[in-house]
Amino acid sequence: MADVWARLEPHLASVQKPARYIGCELGAEVPAPAPHRVGWLLVYPDTYEVGLPNQGLQILYEILTERDDAVAERSYAPWTDLEDVLRREGIPLFSVDTHRSADEFDVLAFNLSAELVYTNVLNCIDLAGVPVRSAHRAPQHPLVGAGGHATYNPEPLADFLDFVVLGDGEEVVSEINEVLAAWKAGGRTSRLDVLRTLAGIEGVYVPSLYEATYLDDGRLAATTPVDPAAPARVEKRTIADLAEWPYPKRQLVPLTEVVHDRLNVEVFRGCTRGCRFCQAGMITRPVRERPAEQVREMVQQGLRRTGYDEVALTSLSTADFSGITDVVRSTMEEGEGCSNISVSLPSLRVDAFTVDVAAQIQKARRTGLTFAPEAGTWRMRQVINKLITEDDLHAAVSSAFSQGWKRVKLYFLVGLPTETDEDTLGIVELARRCVALAKEQGHNGSVTVSVGGFVPKAFTPFQWFGMNTEVELRRKVNLLRDAAKAAKGVQLKWHDPKASLIEGLVSRGDRRLGPVIEHVWRAGGTFQEWGEHFRLDLWQAAMDAHGLDVDWYCHRHRTEDEALPWDHLSAGLHKDFLWQDWRDALEQLGLEDCRWTPCYDCGACTGYGIEHVVASATPPAGGSQGTGQGLALGGVPVGLTPRRPAGVGA
Amino acid sequence: MRQRLRFTKQGKIRFLSHRDLARIWERTLRRAGVAVAYSEGFSPRPRLHFGLALSTGHESLGEYLDIDLAPDGALDPADLPALVNPHLPEGMTAQAVIPVEAGSDSLQQAVTSCGWEIEVVGAGAPAVAAAAQRALGASALPTTVERKGASVSIDARPAILALEVAPSPVPTPVPTPDGVAPLRPSTLLVAELATQPRSLRPAELVRALDPAWVEGRVLRTHQWTLVDGARCEPIPLSEGGARGATSIPHAGARAS
Repeated sequence: MADVWARLEPHLASVQKPARYIGCELGAEVPAPAPHRVGWLLVYPDTYEVGLPNQGLQILYEILTERDDAVAERSYAPWTDLEDVLRREGIPLFSVDTHRSADEFDVLAFNLSAELVYTNVLNCIDLAGVPVRSAHRAPQHPLVGAGGHATYNPEPLADFLDFVVLGDGEEVVSEINEVLAAWKAGGRTSRLDVLRTLAGIEGVYVPSLYEATYLDDGRLAATTPVDPAAPARVEKRTIADLAEWPYPKRQLVPLTEVVHDRLNVEVFRGCTRGCRFCQAGMITRPVRERPAEQVREMVQQGLRRTGYDEVALTSLSTADFSGITDVVRSTMEEGEGCSNISVSLPSLRVDAFTVDVAAQIQKARRTGLTFAPEAGTWRMRQVINKLITEDDLHAAVSSAFSQGWKRVKLYFLVGLPTETDEDTLGIVELARRCVALAKEQGHNGSVTVSVGGFVPKAFTPFQWFGMNTEVELRRKVNLLRDAAKAAKGVQLKWHDPKASLIEGLVSRGDRRLGPVIEHVWRAGGTFQEWGEHFRLDLWQAAMDAHGLDVDWYCHRHRTEDEALPWDHLSAGLHKDFLWQDWRDALEQLGLEDCRWTPCYDCGACTGYGIEHVVASATPPAGGSQGTGQGLALGGVPVGLTPRRPAGVGA
Repeated sequence: MRQRLRFTKQGKIRFLSHRDLARIWERTLRRAGVAVAYSEGFSPRPRLHFGLALSTGHESLGEYLDIDLAPDGALDPADLPALVNPHLPEGMTAQAVIPVEAGSDSLQQAVTSCGWEIEVVGAGAPAVAAAAQRALGASALPTTVERKGASVSIDARPAILALEVAPSPVPTPVPTPDGVAPLRPSTLLVAELATQPRSLRPAELVRALDPAWVEGRVLRTHQWTLVDGARCEPIPLSEGGARGATSIPHAGARAS
């Protein structure tokens, strides 16, 4: 057993934040590797602080640890200073649990939650002492797999990943483990054999068993199987009932500070608000709520076990949780008397009801409240199907200021389809009116506007949209800067359009980007998510070197007949549903939340024979979208009936 | 009701920062069900008071924490070590607790010097012993230290209260990539350094002795206060006064 601790330890005093590398978290299990157990190294390709809280990896860590035929440990991307040490001293990537060398594991399993971490994936594979390209790996090397939201277009990483998992990991991880256990028992002879067996598991995609062909004009022709073991289309995995998976049961409590350093309890998975820019909302359908009673138990036990004084009720829109009022009340009662428990709702809906819930839970520390109207005008919000009216926002903001919050933060996107300068400037206009609302109530409220450039993603209605150029995004940011200067009380923050450009490149890229990613990594381009390390010049040089055009990948509108790099994968959504939704977007046609209204046959439920699991048949109080309450205010044409016969395939 | 707790910080967790330790204590006390008093105001925090910060990477046999217990708590303070120990990470052990009278000096005010075992990397025992003798015999020991990001010249001599080479130095093997582990010379230095009026850090002491030397493992063995001119620990472990004291781990047996 190669434990690198003795070699690592003398160097830890000289690197930043050495506590990143020591493990020792509460909840970490002492692993017992054995020949019959498949060794999984779960790797988050970013720093420990960002990666440790990742709920997906923690869930898999527990499920695998509970199995008798598996051992799970964790690893995170070493920061550049430690990487220098590792390379200089010849120390491999290691697990933080036992500091075991990464190449001793049977699988390196990556969580891919964003595209800019791809170069870090290659770096971690290389630091593990494993060839970065799957074609160069021998039977003794670990298999390299990946899961997470970014895997819905895994093609840019097709050269480097042995297998990719689409969708919820709770069930499929065990099915994979059984295949690997048999492979291990058989002496790990052939990689091809195990990959072919893995390809037979629903939800598992083996890129090397497919071939991408291209048309003369450079567009993709098709991605097709070249092996009988590979299905023509790989469907995502979906767990039908969240109640059967009350994980994490033993959330890891790190000894050093991390992001989201609190108890996290997932209250539902999936979202059907249908915001057209939002990949998470599209690929995680249908909505599956956790029973309120189970949420209460997880909160109660979690707080006692971890000692946290904060719990986040997580989901894509927690105010939509049927049991929100009850759960919040009982959590607050739990905290009463002993200590000050605070509850946070990471994704707030924009309405007064939400603010009332927030007021109920944030009795103390009432500092800032964040909303995401996403666009500055009602017209634009119809296009993106974020159907909150200005009245909703004003009600939310004035309620927040009147109940003691001092700062309101508003999230927006620029570079959305059909966006005009009037829409862009509408952002500052909205913020300015929010400041005025605070004034009316006698507060010196401040409003922070945070602006990101819109990046189209796979399996969304906007997947055909040619994103704005970096120049155009910058121009819009500058418009906002000028306008914000004149608006007292409005502060503007923005995301670097250069990083959005490369995120856009990789998000909808194809297999030809593999060599580009490798080029950037070899040139030292790691930690591209980190502003101080992002290197646009490296990406441009790599694209040039491989005869590829950023503009063609990012800014070109796709047509209906174009084959997309993820067409051989499925998030359950019919392609014609997405296309229709894209056309509806261009016509500013809103679409209601299908939880409480008729089915639009997007495919996510019908295709998998599952349904929304919602505890309440009536929508929660407040809110305009999906409840029908606010829609009349805007006079928006809303499609209320299925627009096509049910059962039409993609 | 203020209680003073003595605890260790050893092994892998020596890489935790002072801030990390504060968070760990807050969570540990909540897990142990110890009702702590909270501050008033907009953002109530548990009333915990830490002593002199220990540098990230350094180990200690004697750290201190003052805890204001909630006034209505039914807890017998003597039970504190037993209550918190099952919830502390490996390498941290609460050893003893004493009540602190209202109006007493804070830990930071009370502690006047610390005892250290410092591994000096890059020098053998004779050289370090000679340097220690020279330093003790000198009337001033000018050196340059980093303070708030700037280089400052100070005289290290007044802060050096005691200095000697440990009788049985433990050389640390420093492995090289090819697997051979030649022993770089390293020497264990036992020092007492003042924390008032101006403190001297172990790394600064090592550099003052010889700029080519660097500190390796560092262990804080004691924190000293002056009571009526006599040097004593805030909570001595072996003598009377401490309740719930456990035996002091041997300094050489540092878990990793």
